[in-house]
Amino acid sequence: MASVTMTVNGKSVTADVDPRTLLAQFVREHLRLTGTHVGCDTSQCGACVVHVDGKAVKACTMLAVQADGCEVLTIEGLADGAELHPMQAAFREHHGLQCGYCTPGMIMTAVDMVNRLGSDLDEATIRHELEGNICRCTGYHNIVRAVETGAKAMTGASARQAAE
Amino acid sequence: MADSAVNGAKTGVSGAGEADRPLRHVRQALPHDSAVRHVQGTAQYIDDIREPEGTLHIAIGMAPKARGRITALDLAPVRAAPGIVAVLTAADIPGPNDVSPAMGDDPMFAEERVEFHGQALFAVVATTRDAARRAARKAHVEIEAERPSVSVEDAIARNETVLADYGFGRGDADAAIAQSPHRLEGSLRIGGQEHFYLEGQAALAIPGEEGDLHVTSSTQHPTEVQHVIARVLALPDAYVTCEVRRMGGGFGGKESQATQWAAIAALGAKVTGRPCKIRLDRDDDFVLTGKRHDMRCDYALGYDDDGVIQGYKVAHLVRCGYSADLSQGVVDRTMFHSDNAYYLPAVRIDTRRLKTNTVSNTAFRGFGGPQGMLSIERAMDEIAWATGRDPLDVRLANLYAAGRDITPYGQKVEDPQIMHAMIAELAESADYRARRAEIAAFNASSRVLKKGIALTPVKFGISFTLMHLNQAGALVHVYQDGSVHLNHGGTEMGQGLYMKVAQVVAEEFGIAMERVRITATTTAKVPNTAPTAASSGSDLNGMAAKIACEAIKARMTAFASEKYGVLAEQIDFRDDRVFIGNESLSFPELARDCVMNRVQLSHAGFYRTPEIWWDREKAQGKPFFYFAYGAACAEAVIDTLTGENRITRVDILHDVGKSLNPAVDIGQIEGGFVQGMGWLTTEELVFDDEARLRTHAPSTYKIPVASDVPEHFKVTLYPNANRTQTIYRSKAVGEPPLMLANAAFCAITDAVRAVAPKGARIPLDAPATPEAVLRACASLQGEALDGEALEAGAQP
Repeated sequence: MASVTMTVNGKSVTADVDPRTLLAQFVREHLRLTGTHVGCDTSQCGACVVHVDGKAVKACTMLAVQADGCEVLTIEGLADGAELHPMQAAFREHHGLQCGYCTPGMIMTAVDMVNRLGSDLDEATIRHELEGNICRCTGYHNIVRAVETGAKAMTGASARQAAE
Repeated sequence: MADSAVNGAKTGVSGAGEADRPLRHVRQALPHDSAVRHVQGTAQYIDDIREPEGTLHIAIGMAPKARGRITALDLAPVRAAPGIVAVLTAADIPGPNDVSPAMGDDPMFAEERVEFHGQALFAVVATTRDAARRAARKAHVEIEAERPSVSVEDAIARNETVLADYGFGRGDADAAIAQSPHRLEGSLRIGGQEHFYLEGQAALAIPGEEGDLHVTSSTQHPTEVQHVIARVLALPDAYVTCEVRRMGGGFGGKESQATQWAAIAALGAKVTGRPCKIRLDRDDDFVLTGKRHDMRCDYALGYDDDGVIQGYKVAHLVRCGYSADLSQGVVDRTMFHSDNAYYLPAVRIDTRRLKTNTVSNTAFRGFGGPQGMLSIERAMDEIAWATGRDPLDVRLANLYAAGRDITPYGQKVEDPQIMHAMIAELAESADYRARRAEIAAFNASSRVLKKGIALTPVKFGISFTLMHLNQAGALVHVYQDGSVHLNHGGTEMGQGLYMKVAQVVAEEFGIAMERVRITATTTAKVPNTAPTAASSGSDLNGMAAKIACEAIKARMTAFASEKYGVLAEQIDFRDDRVFIGNESLSFPELARDCVMNRVQLSHAGFYRTPEIWWDREKAQGKPFFYFAYGAACAEAVIDTLTGENRITRVDILHDVGKSLNPAVDIGQIEGGFVQGMGWLTTEELVFDDEARLRTHAPSTYKIPVASDVPEHFKVTLYPNANRTQTIYRSKAVGEPPLMLANAAFCAITDAVRAVAPKGARIPLDAPATPEAVLRACASLQGEALDGEALEAGAQP
């Protein structure tokens, strides 16, 4: 067993885990944060995307011990209290989901995209950036709309925060 | 959404259950019922449910060969592995070793013979999923291997089928073809498709008292899961409850294919007395579960000088895999859609349901229909190539029309004018004719890149062709506080069924959506249900729920009428209130009053589709309640040096009748098209000579991603009311849009045609992968070079 300590959604957690425990397993089974989904088991579908130290990571191919000492953000930690994060609100508003299984990973990827590239994203960029996230239901059209809108709303939200 | 218009969704005739007043919930573009939970990650799938203490985990032991007799199965090393609680084999099954939907040919665990590579031989039950998976690999298996049947041709050579050959037709197709001024024959191979539901197969079985079992399963067909578990465990159905709140995608892949895993979990629970969970690893899921049927379609046709078909013959040679599964219905539907939207005066449709040593092919959105339709779209293109006519003109000339409106199975197409109107409107709005000319000009000057365009129609029959499945139940309770519990036999796999039915219920009671509580589908509340399939979910369950609401409302109305001395006609449920003559009560007030006065506020609604019938032996009937229509125009560009291809523009006009929820319906159309596009372009299943599936993960099996979808992707709902009495005059939408993607395949074919000599036939099979496109181009350019050489040689 190996001891890991990390901050998950703002809370410090420490656990003894089998060293081969995956980060996805760790958040799902040890922390009961089941919004991080496992779709393909092989880091292709993107349903398990979380942020580790602010960067999008596919949690099904990272070991929990690799995240030792890191800040981890999962879909459950994205919203500020009861109010949806702007990207979450945009996915709901634009029907950017059907079965919902890919949705948490999509949203975490989208937020990372905005963090890296800013909020003024053109459609080609969004589509390219989403290549690591498979959705089998929507045909992506509404997801792309949601990311466009969510990106703009994120700037608005952070501008408001700065003003406050 | 500027690019997803809803044309006149609020105009048109009044429909079934449609009141004169404006609708408050039905026809509104409301978000998915779980949208907020989905974006928060709090919507639970099977693997997210908190496991009861002591839950065990199951992994499958799989066959290392595709065909042969099992001579040894030594499980001692498996049992000796750490964490193992039980190893399940056929010997542990109390009832029959049969998890098939009907035909008795799908064993839970292979016993004497192995029929496909990966087939389940045993299951390991362990304290952790990891321990189970590791142990499952330790078995010592010996198989006296035989050469497997992999292809259609292998099966034909062995004359092995899973079901009897079946055909139907009208008139003498051979004579009609022989007498036609022009004739041609050809063959199209159409590939299969993996569902790739994002949530893989999963089930959790919890044992109760006296053999009771509660099973949550990611299934489209909880009733079948219940019945099969009862069968294999030799229990009455009443001991088993199957529940499903939602699936992370289904697409037909969880109609029959979810059953085996739920049944194995149930067997594990029975043997160990502990809760048992199974979640297939993705690679195993690919290998262990059925796919869309692939087939070879051999066709012959005769047509007149105007390109109008006089006689048509097609033989679908279908690879069903090792067992029947749902192949009877699937291949029958291939036959029912071999005409697509075209009138075939003399016609013969034959099918062979061939047995191969591959996983048993199964339901997949469209259920055989897409293959039948694609084959006749190829025939339309063939006529265009031979005559030099525009493919759209050939299609228009052959379209069903008044007087040319009887299908090969005897059902009349009552509203063929819709197809003409839709195609005309789409050709206009997508600017088909002008773009055809622009593309010709582009192709004349572009050496490497070539473009193509196609506009194809969809006519899809709505109803289960297995007649008894056209029934549904709903259970509605009104509680004394005015909140409403909604349950029905339909399952939610992302398609928005739960929301649509909830909209119907809120509309019927005239209450706010928030009062309606959607609850998980369970065999304990609504029994003997059909699978959520055949696009029928909202048609069937919406009606059943409406019937339940009407019964409760009638009792509430009768009570209020008597109490207040007001005629029933003067009592109205709307705006969260009940208007009784000049007075009004809140809905909860009346509900409470009903309870105090012993009025029953619960009802089980039941609906069976009227009018339909089908006599399979005579091949006559009205198998479909109505047809759903659509049309798509797609443009493609190919690189003739690499075969790479892209769909660059898509315009769709689709008929959902009067939509129950336009946001949900447009989502179905967009998603269906892209899924169909994947099937016909990038998704290729490769089985090797040993019948091993080599493309068993998204690394080797290419599912469309966001960048594969064109930016110009315009979906418009065709303003129409269903002429048939359906729920609020809507039309089913689950499957039909998938076949809009035939336009994508035909557009790529059209682009390949740009390198072909005039009149040449395009040797492109589906899927149109880069390899396939490159092969087609190379073969055509080879011919062209030969032709030029000949011409050059003829000149002195």
